[in-house]
Amino acid sequence: MKYFSKIYLVLIFGILYIPILTLILFSFNSANSTALFEGFSLRWYVELFNSPDTFEALRNTLILAVLSSLIATVIGTAAAEGIYKMRSKLLKGAITSVTNVPMMNPDIVTGMSMMLFFVAVAAILGVTYEDMGFFAMLIAHVTFCLPYVILSVLPRINELGDSLSEAALDLGCTPMQAFFKVKLPNIMPGVLSGMVMAFTMSLDDFVISYFVGSSNFQTLPLLIYSMTKKKVTPDMYALSTLIVVTIFILLIISNIKSGKKVDNSKKAGARK
Amino acid sequence: MKKKGSIMRSIAAAPHIFWAILFIVLPLIIVVYYAFTDGDGNFSFENITSLADYAPIFTLSVELAVIATFVCLIVGYPLAYIIAKARPERQRFYIMLLMLPMWTNLLIRTYSIMAILDDGGFLNTILGTTMHIVGTKGAVIFGMVYDFLPYMVLPIYTCISKIDKNMWEAASDLGCKPVQVMTRVIFPLSMSGIISGVTMVLVPSISTFYISQKLGGGTFELIGDTIERQFVTGALNTGAAISLVMMVLIIISLTVMNRFSDSDEGGIIV
Amino acid sequence: MAKLIELKGISKSFDGEKVLDSIDFYIRDGEFVTLLGPSGCGKTTMLRIIGGFETADEGSLYFDGAEISEVPAHKRHINTVFQKYALFPHLNVYENIAFPLRLKKVPEEDIKTKVAEMLSMVKLSGFENKSVSTLSGGQQQRVAIARALISHPKVILLDEPLGALDLKLRKDMQSELKSIQQAIGITFVYVTHDQEEALSMSDTIAVISEGEIQQIGTPTDIYNEPKNAFVADFIGESNIVDGIMLEDNRVKFSGHIFDCVDGGFDKNEPVDVVVRPEDVDVVPTDKGMLTGMVTSVTFKGVHYEIIVDIRGFKWMIQSTDYVAPEATIGLYIEPDAIHIMKKSKYSGMFGDYSSFSDEMDRLSDADTAEEF
Repeated sequence: MKYFSKIYLVLIFGILYIPILTLILFSFNSANSTALFEGFSLRWYVELFNSPDTFEALRNTLILAVLSSLIATVIGTAAAEGIYKMRSKLLKGAITSVTNVPMMNPDIVTGMSMMLFFVAVAAILGVTYEDMGFFAMLIAHVTFCLPYVILSVLPRINELGDSLSEAALDLGCTPMQAFFKVKLPNIMPGVLSGMVMAFTMSLDDFVISYFVGSSNFQTLPLLIYSMTKKKVTPDMYALSTLIVVTIFILLIISNIKSGKKVDNSKKAGARK
Repeated sequence: MKKKGSIMRSIAAAPHIFWAILFIVLPLIIVVYYAFTDGDGNFSFENITSLADYAPIFTLSVELAVIATFVCLIVGYPLAYIIAKARPERQRFYIMLLMLPMWTNLLIRTYSIMAILDDGGFLNTILGTTMHIVGTKGAVIFGMVYDFLPYMVLPIYTCISKIDKNMWEAASDLGCKPVQVMTRVIFPLSMSGIISGVTMVLVPSISTFYISQKLGGGTFELIGDTIERQFVTGALNTGAAISLVMMVLIIISLTVMNRFSDSDEGGIIV
Repeated sequence: MAKLIELKGISKSFDGEKVLDSIDFYIRDGEFVTLLGPSGCGKTTMLRIIGGFETADEGSLYFDGAEISEVPAHKRHINTVFQKYALFPHLNVYENIAFPLRLKKVPEEDIKTKVAEMLSMVKLSGFENKSVSTLSGGQQQRVAIARALISHPKVILLDEPLGALDLKLRKDMQSELKSIQQAIGITFVYVTHDQEEALSMSDTIAVISEGEIQQIGTPTDIYNEPKNAFVADFIGESNIVDGIMLEDNRVKFSGHIFDCVDGGFDKNEPVDVVVRPEDVDVVPTDKGMLTGMVTSVTFKGVHYEIIVDIRGFKWMIQSTDYVAPEATIGLYIEPDAIHIMKKSKYSGMFGDYSSFSDEMDRLSDADTAEEF
């Protein structure tokens, strides 16, 4: 059984990683080919760094991801607190169902619906669709990030219950102070993980951006899409490699950090 | 007075409610509006009735997505189980390994598979063969499985790792052979994870257009491709109609699956 | 009665820490045996080894004369009632109880009658179709018992089964468990840290501490004739003082020579002397064998709990008569109220009532540490 487990893990993870590893390999190819490796070179990275398009797309993607995850975190955390306090089960259910729509719906439907919405808005405001480029994107990203924030904050609030805020009120806090000084610090892990999730969702989104976006606001996934429409050159591989490596490093750092936390709590437990 | 108090309690949710009505509900209403009007804004059933032409595409999309979901389940369940039973520090490592491809852009992942499997691609070059893989149904299904497998594994893993350790012992204590422990106890108990995994794989598989474009080699058209084509060519009314139908189908199937799992153990599906 | 289960030299370590240290123990057929000890003493590990969920590092385990260390849990004629019940949440009450029979492919008709029988035995008739998650703790407990009993195992293992119930329900379930056991006559091995529970239910008690069995005996033996300071302190309340055994039936402690009924020690051997709080009479100082000053009096309903300082050692006395704090009183002890024990590694660790818990001791240690 143990043997089987090991073989199975190696097999599945192997298949999962072969495409990514080939991609990394060919990003260092000296020839303009994604099938035949002819020698090691950094020429595709040089070419990538010389392309202004890439940098603009990278900048746009980061701005969009930071803004939309921040806005979604603020609105979503407040919403979670509000939903928690709601007494009417019906209203609670209605709001959570509507919130989850962008998560349950295929991206393509969400994208389509928002695009049609912005077409209508442009017509009403008397502007062209392109004029709204960035704002349309931002609104769309906040909308599909919101459920992830609420979903990661709400369980924390439920778990925490009322006793801490009541203690704070009892000790003289105003309701506002009770929330910011006592409740928020205690639900922080949920808020942070919601924000990280929102950030990566935004960073990674292609389908909705593809439908909502316009030509004057290019993000990395959109750039990759337009690059893969033509015959792909290894500079896209170089770009992908950089993204993969960045994510890998981030994951390892967060993993080591959370690992340390586990160790510490273990030690604290053992001392008892 | 009392009523006002209860509204004040939840005031924090107001911005979100406002946002949801404006940017979730309203756009969906607009989809419905487009689906039932012609290009000039007159009421019309034509978009919906014309969907009959797309029936073969719907069938093909559902077929491929269902097969891919099934393969994900068969491959993913043992993986989730093995991970959930590993030592805790190992578990974190495996989950990280599983997440990394998920955090890599889907376009990149799909494209790299294509580059490997293509007629003049890496695989054929290495093996010196001329296999024709890209452009077959198998390649599209493989792409879906490859891209969405983590979505199947993660909820099942979470579900299995939450099952009380005593369940294994209780089952074997009461006379279950190792296989029966799985079939009679653990599998039924992980049903909520399976259902949310199935949902999370089925929905993107059924609506994808990038995977079929790249790995289908232009041979197939799936629903996603159709919607995208309407979008590109500006046939928004038909596009809206197809989106509406797809959304309704998915809502129906999700509701059915939710019922199914609710009656079983009251799990909440995410 | 024949030996049904026998442990010979069983040892077990987790991460290099010895949890069980060469345990020799046997359980007779039809007995109600309790493994009693504080948490972490190894009693649950012992139970899990018998149940087949852990394998011993050393030693052998016999069931009905056959060595079963290698037999997997599902092939042993032993069933377990788990601490948190471990009912299957995907099955209703009926299906939970029917579970072992379904595995054996028992015909549906037989299953029906047997489950009905079990349900009426645990007083849950009519609950067949309920979901187990809607049941109260006591009801879940009953389902777990019915499920363990339905395939007529020879032994039932119960791991602190009443731990999660409230006090009154626990008392009801204690007598119910005992009567179920007597009615069907199968062996119960019961793990608990609650000495009262152990005393009221068991035929035999094994007191365990630090992975070793301290004493095996009937409840009355264990209470009246504890073997060492650990047992004396763990079972009931005890004043344990240092004494010298002058000769048979003569012991000196707290500066006084007492008559007693124990013997068989060396001349002038240092011993531990146990006196139960309820066996000490309060008398005027001139009639007392010992005198001391009352440091605290607590009303307990049936009696007063009086702490008396005798030569710096705090005694606990239970008396129905009120005495005033800071009064000086005399104490009278009958010869048969004095129990003499050999010195052990637990001597001097228990039996002084300066505080009730170890935690208080540690807190006062911290105080003194700061002062110096």
